[in-house]
Amino acid sequence: MSDFQPKIVAFCCYYCAYSAADLAGSMRLQYPPTVRMIEQPCSGRIDIRLILQAFEDGADGVYVAGCLEGDCHFLKGNYRAKLRVAQAKKILNDVGIGGDRVEMYNLSGSMGPRFAEIAHEMHERIKKLGPSPLNCKAQSGPPEQKAGPIAAGQQ
Amino acid sequence: MIIAEQKSFDEIAKMAANFDKVLLLGCNECVTVCLAGGEKEVGVLAASLRLLRKQGDRPLTTLEETITRQCEWEYLDQIEKLAEEADCIISMACGVGVQFVAERFPDKWVIPALNTKSAGGSVQHGVWEERCGLCGECILYKTGGVCPVARCSKRILNGPCGGSQNGKCEVKDVDCIWDQIYKRMAALGRMDWLMEIELEKDWSKARDGGPRKLVREDVMISE
Repeated sequence: MSDFQPKIVAFCCYYCAYSAADLAGSMRLQYPPTVRMIEQPCSGRIDIRLILQAFEDGADGVYVAGCLEGDCHFLKGNYRAKLRVAQAKKILNDVGIGGDRVEMYNLSGSMGPRFAEIAHEMHERIKKLGPSPLNCKAQSGPPEQKAGPIAAGQQ
Repeated sequence: MIIAEQKSFDEIAKMAANFDKVLLLGCNECVTVCLAGGEKEVGVLAASLRLLRKQGDRPLTTLEETITRQCEWEYLDQIEKLAEEADCIISMACGVGVQFVAERFPDKWVIPALNTKSAGGSVQHGVWEERCGLCGECILYKTGGVCPVARCSKRILNGPCGGSQNGKCEVKDVDCIWDQIYKRMAALGRMDWLMEIELEKDWSKARDGGPRKLVREDVMISE
């Protein structure tokens, strides 16, 4: 598994994380190429469906990076994103993907080094967790996939 | 509106385990407002089911649709072709919607994705409270517009009971509704109305009298 290179999707707020990534670049800071950034107008744009879609489309990990709490350009977007990420974690645990594969981070536009640190942190975490169960071809069956009494009587 | 809550994902997944192509049907009325079965919730549940099933050797195909109301034939007519395509329908409406879907598509297995909870409203974002007990004979004009049938834990019609302490109910961690009624009637200067003894309620007009049916000939369309 040591050669496993995860696919990580980072939903980044335009006002902080995206600028921080820009700064990290200007500062010539290195961070893993496994992180694919998607610019968002605000972390509050994040919808649970977007997070789930990223996993469906092959992501091994997803993180949302928004402004520091209290500093959202749209006032409350990052607080909303935090709640949605928490709900996404619950759903991912329910479906057997694992809630640890999604995370919420807060930073400001001036925190270029922190951006690189977060990318490293998430890269290491997903590398440790291994590929998403969807990307594991060897998986024999979905977790707890048993027919209930009602469904068993059908078909 | 009707307040509903989504069943646990595990329960829904087990009910749908034997099907390969399902139609997730949302409803744009009450369950959209209580964030349980609208277009967004349909999308999240569909993606969750697909994610679960993709991990095994029996992937799931989902069809997604949200209609104006599941409790009316004319809106169900619109999804006839979509329903034909699916092995089963997961209805994300209240119990009424589920039954209308089952009746409209008799050859389809219908799975309820929600638990229907009560008739009430949203008091703040993310919090819904019961307001109507559907008793069939409204007495709100006697209680200042505050319902003891739905909101008193003991359904007392001549309250408060002895368990009302500092405006709180002894049964559940809620406000004593008779305390609220008392305060409201005092504010409206109608305390004398509370002196009247409310006699026993005719519960046959509520669900206790069996399934209820309302017929209005004046609005019926003759053939």
